[in-house]
Amino acid sequence: MSGDKVSIEISKDLYEKAKKFIEENGGFKSVEELVEFLLEEAIAAETGEGVAISPEDEEKVKERLRSLGYL
Amino acid sequence: MVSRPHGGRLVLRVLEGRRRERLLSEAREMPSLEVGLERAIDAEDIARGAFSPLEGFMVEDEYLSVLDRMRLPNDLPWTIPVILDASKEELRGVSVGDDLLLKYNGRPLAIVTVEDVYGWDKRVHAEKVFKTRDPGHPGVEATYRRKDLLVGGRLELIDSPPNPLEKYTLWPLETRILFKERGWRRVVAFQTRNVPHLGHEYVQKAALTFTDGLLVQPLSGWKKKGDYRDEVIVEAYKALIEHYYPKNVVVLSVLRMNMFYAGPREAVHHAIVRKNFGATHFIVGRDHAGVGDYYGPYEAWEIFKQFPDLGITPLFVREAFYCRKCGGMVNEKICPHGPEHRVKISGTRIREMLRRGERPPEYMMRPEVAEVVLGHGNPFIE
Ligand SMILES: [Zn+2]
Repeated sequence: MSGDKVSIEISKDLYEKAKKFIEENGGFKSVEELVEFLLEEAIAAETGEGVAISPEDEEKVKERLRSLGYL
Repeated sequence: MVSRPHGGRLVLRVLEGRRRERLLSEAREMPSLEVGLERAIDAEDIARGAFSPLEGFMVEDEYLSVLDRMRLPNDLPWTIPVILDASKEELRGVSVGDDLLLKYNGRPLAIVTVEDVYGWDKRVHAEKVFKTRDPGHPGVEATYRRKDLLVGGRLELIDSPPNPLEKYTLWPLETRILFKERGWRRVVAFQTRNVPHLGHEYVQKAALTFTDGLLVQPLSGWKKKGDYRDEVIVEAYKALIEHYYPKNVVVLSVLRMNMFYAGPREAVHHAIVRKNFGATHFIVGRDHAGVGDYYGPYEAWEIFKQFPDLGITPLFVREAFYCRKCGGMVNEKICPHGPEHRVKISGTRIREMLRRGERPPEYMMRPEVAEVVLGHGNPFIE
């Protein structure tokens, strides 16, 4: 979340809703933070991001899973 | 796809190959600290990513932030302190910046790079984590027995502590790859320390109805007298899954993790850990991780309102019971009938029956499951 920032536009209604949500539930300091969190979660969920592992290591894991009958 | 690791990146800090050999030989010159099984279990949970984003035992900033705010200094939710205690004598000659060798049963376990050594107030700790200072609470009692200094710092695991259930143990990297291979996107995790009865099965199947897969994780490690033995729980689940679940919708794997009976705080902790295993949903029981009457029955559900940014969805499934009028397993929310029609499925009662060598009725426990327990000969911790 560091580095350059760009601006994006969202509807005022949604912005106000998000602001209210944060006020009521906490957890985020700003609407920006909430939006970044949700986008990161959504993108990561589709790409499986967050686990850095080489293809060889992945194969080793699969080997163990197969030997234990999980795969 | 499954959940992103907590904090964004799965922690993997297990030494391998040349680097392991080199550090192991350097370790001979390092100051060392002998730890018990509980800290050895923490070290492995950290190194294998179950506690991502933690990379080691907490430094004071992290500890106080978690204690006071239930969040790490960077605001990420974290509710249970993960701390390494030691006495002044044990830390003689150890300074910040040193590498400290942790040993378990005299064997090298892990190397901690000491970043902080600090004191703690165990009574404040008890009050915040357990909401009581009463030493009658098992978590408080265990806290008071711990040593007076805390050592914080990142660690690397040299060897896992011996694990009798190794072949049933999967770590986050493994479950994540397994879920991916099976094509599961929504995965619900269920934690247990019991042999399954029909109430458990009902709750699991209710959650499985709208997810792709179920991760059943018996918690192994510290047990008290009268608990089912770990291997009995595993065998009982194998029987249940074989006879009553469709193929390839359940992953059964043991997690070795310490249990503190911290009620609501620990419920959130359990959810965070399951997020690291790739689960998108976590079943939170009534009085989850509670003990005695230290916590209100719904406190473990209420606390989740404070964590809209948790990144895993808690499922608050009501306790199941058998209703004669409905003719099946139901819960408060879906059965309108009075108590005269309802039969509570009590784990305590089932345990008593099994202890006497009796087979519980089939509306309480599957015969194949009861058979595992009755056929074991010595199913309970003595
Ligand atoms: Zn009914």
